[in-house]
Amino acid sequence: MSPITITDYLIFCTLLFVIGVVGVLVKRNALAIFMSVELMLNSINLLLAAFSIYMNDPAGQVFVFFIMVVAAAEVAIGLAILVMVYRYTHSVDIHLLNRLKW
Amino acid sequence: MKVYLFYFLCILALYSALMVVISRKPVHNVLYLTLAMFCIAGHYILLNAQFLAVVHIIVYAGAIMVLFLFTVMLLNLNNESEFRKPALVQLGAVVAGGLLMLTLVGVLKQTDMVMTTDPTTTQIGLVKNLGKVLYNDFLLPFEVSSILFLSAMVGAVLLGKKD
Repeated sequence: MSPITITDYLIFCTLLFVIGVVGVLVKRNALAIFMSVELMLNSINLLLAAFSIYMNDPAGQVFVFFIMVVAAAEVAIGLAILVMVYRYTHSVDIHLLNRLKW
Repeated sequence: MKVYLFYFLCILALYSALMVVISRKPVHNVLYLTLAMFCIAGHYILLNAQFLAVVHIIVYAGAIMVLFLFTVMLLNLNNESEFRKPALVQLGAVVAGGLLMLTLVGVLKQTDMVMTTDPTTTQIGLVKNLGKVLYNDFLLPFEVSSILFLSAMVGAVLLGKKD
């Protein structure tokens, strides 16, 4: 069989990203939307690491590391906001949060 | 052998990602997401990026997924979520996602990328080499990220405080 090329990684990460996008659009549970965002973030991280390996440039992997750092902080803040939303509305349904919609 | 492993990890990751979207129970969502994270860590190992694989398992499969599970437990979301979007909106979302996928795959398949290295022999993903780059060229962002973590911690405590 032919070796793994960067195009394989491109297509795999695109599929993973699209699944994340569909998850954000389909779900109403705020926690599930958050998980879909994490999925999209990880697909792009993997693609960045793959390009860094194939281009032989370590700066890409350092960048992936920093994205993981920021994502960890973002998850902590996001889940704290989610707990606060639940405390006020007693639900994680995003359709209840429509005061800024129009 | 490596190619078969690559395709196996691809299929497992895509299946668990799909199940994150399809399954209704939040606990199942979190567990399938953990499986997807482990598959992505396997991809990092296949790319010979050992440092990223270890960090990914510790940060994502370890810390973030535990945080998600704790939130599910604290909010008592274990029952089937009763709220769903209407079927027409869901169909529209899936069609839009499919069109996005078709566009991206169609564009990316035509690109002709010249790759300089063979990924099986590259050494840049090892901890030693990556640490040299991190502490020589990226020292300031590394220190600044600690301030980011401190402010995130303060913010999370402030938001989670009961008042």
